[in-house]
Amino acid sequence: MSTSSFNNPVVKWIDERLPVFTMMQHSAVDYPTPKNLNYWWNFGSLAAFVLVIMLLTGIFLAMSYTPHVDHAFVSVERIMRDVNYGWLLRYLHMNGGSMFFIVVYIHMFRGMYYGSYKAPREILWIVGVFLILAMMATAFMGYVLPWGQMSFWGATVITNLFSAIPLVGQEIVTWLWGGFSVDNPTLNRFFSLHYLLPFVIVGLVVVHVWALHTVKSNNPTGVDIKGPEDTIPFHPYYTIKDFYGIGLFLIFYLAFVFYAPDFFGEPDNYIEANPMVTPAHIVPEWYFLPFYAILRAFTFDVLFIPAKLAGVIAMFASIILLAVLPWLDRSKARSARFRPMYKWFFWIFVLDCLVLGYIGAQAAEEPYVTIGQVATFYYFAHLLIIVPLVSKLENPRPLPESISAAVTKSDSE
Amino acid sequence: MRKIILSAAAGFVLLAAGNAFAAGGAAVPPAKDWTFQGIFGKFDRDQLKRGYQVYKDICAGCHSLRLVAYRNLMDIGFTEDEVKDIASEYQLPAPPNDDGDTIVDGERLMRAAKPSDHFVSPFANEKAARVANAGAYPPDLSLMVKARKKGPDYIYALLTGYKEEAPEGFALNEGMYYNEYFPGHQIAMAPPLMDESVEYEDGTPATLDQHAKDIVTFLAWTASPELEARKSMGIKVLLFLVVLTAMFYALKRRIWSDVH
Repeated sequence: MSTSSFNNPVVKWIDERLPVFTMMQHSAVDYPTPKNLNYWWNFGSLAAFVLVIMLLTGIFLAMSYTPHVDHAFVSVERIMRDVNYGWLLRYLHMNGGSMFFIVVYIHMFRGMYYGSYKAPREILWIVGVFLILAMMATAFMGYVLPWGQMSFWGATVITNLFSAIPLVGQEIVTWLWGGFSVDNPTLNRFFSLHYLLPFVIVGLVVVHVWALHTVKSNNPTGVDIKGPEDTIPFHPYYTIKDFYGIGLFLIFYLAFVFYAPDFFGEPDNYIEANPMVTPAHIVPEWYFLPFYAILRAFTFDVLFIPAKLAGVIAMFASIILLAVLPWLDRSKARSARFRPMYKWFFWIFVLDCLVLGYIGAQAAEEPYVTIGQVATFYYFAHLLIIVPLVSKLENPRPLPESISAAVTKSDSE
Repeated sequence: MRKIILSAAAGFVLLAAGNAFAAGGAAVPPAKDWTFQGIFGKFDRDQLKRGYQVYKDICAGCHSLRLVAYRNLMDIGFTEDEVKDIASEYQLPAPPNDDGDTIVDGERLMRAAKPSDHFVSPFANEKAARVANAGAYPPDLSLMVKARKKGPDYIYALLTGYKEEAPEGFALNEGMYYNEYFPGHQIAMAPPLMDESVEYEDGTPATLDQHAKDIVTFLAWTASPELEARKSMGIKVLLFLVVLTAMFYALKRRIWSDVH
């Protein structure tokens, strides 16, 4: 039995039997956090916040949505028109998807800049890679549900990617569809999975936070926590900082919801799905564009691998490869602050991802194809060649002795 | 199945073609001023009523508006009685009579529409619409403003962008019309509006420009009936958030003042 330090008799009684309050005290109040975290560290809690918003709005949307090819489109419009505040729920959810990716991409780049993936945070990082994969699957299936033209044709194009698998590709696609084209069985299973996967994400988030609280947060210096003088309790310091971040984020998010709700969407998705009419452009949602560019960069066969399969492999590899980043980067210094060469390559990599995103939205014609191929090559070169090589060649600047030493120094500067 | 694969592949190809097409095929619609734009944007009630009149007298002959119910017209200023009268002008298939029949003497039993019914479509189905329109299918207009890039400007430009003659060398197909703003320039819809297409009840001068603006405004409302509620809620929510966030910031400064 744990010896509870709570005064309230009810809290004490519960805590001695199930130490939830002790756990809360440990992980949300006392949790020692580096005192020098900057605002880039707000994006983890923001991601959790968006996840909760997505779950809540999604659960209420599902109460009025009909996953049937004849009714899905109209049922979404019913939500927009006849359900009390249905338009608000739907626009929150729709834009929440985009916000989730904005926040998580920044969170990932932050991890890459400050070396948060390095020992002892490898598993924390790998769980993160699973999280982004689960998010992508969820977002893709969610986009199919309104059953607009882009929903249908996006689903057709993306599920068809699996036909590139040798020998059994076509059978796998039929199996995914539950038929011989994207149709009612596909919509039904996508709805089911779109409701299931967010709870898988919640589970992964619990593991992600568990791992985080085991190894503790990284910080802008990348130096380990040496003692209590380096940390402050999570509450009230980081609770209030996270609240402030949430306030700023909500202003940004809700400005879109209220004043430009269709900014991230495609007009074509306000046309009901029609298997007989192919839209002029089939473009994925913006957050998939860099990966779409990588997929399309392979216009040529790679040795014995046909172009289409090579593109599919490259697309999945571009994300999965991130999981081995802790072993590709051998540098002793974590933070790019003390890595004069890596810092530059990091920003070039960010730029490369933006270029890929831009190319993903362009037509498959010159000069975009060539630019896309160069940018794709660079993406993989960064991870497989530049990062390992830089970590060998580079001489990191001297690291501060401790977090508090670094903080006092920067204060006196 | 092969068809689906091929069409998916065609999608990839069209992705290329479509972009080039969009770039070179149609003029960019000029930006117009709309009352419903901006943070404080609102619909002009008189304009909505005029737009409804244009829809009813002109567009409704071919275009459906299936997502809008007659009762929704009360939101743009019609009274309950007026809406009942409007709805009752339209006929819908009736439920079976007491004998269980829906067809009596070879005629389908019909009933008058009620305010709770959605706008009755001009054609029974897509085939009937195509038969009546030389093979073309007039699309539903409920969401048209949201279903096109720069929706309001595009629809205004389309309605006013007809040219009597196609430019020299342009192969215009039989029964098609030349329009500057329609992708590919060939449109099956005859110029629907001209000066004095509709005589306005409120005495507003009946010009093509006015007709086009009014119908675009009406269709902007059918596409986003929540627009006014959304924008007015938005101001309150954002003002609240600005104050709340400022307070969080002040609190953050205060709490952090003893660190270092």
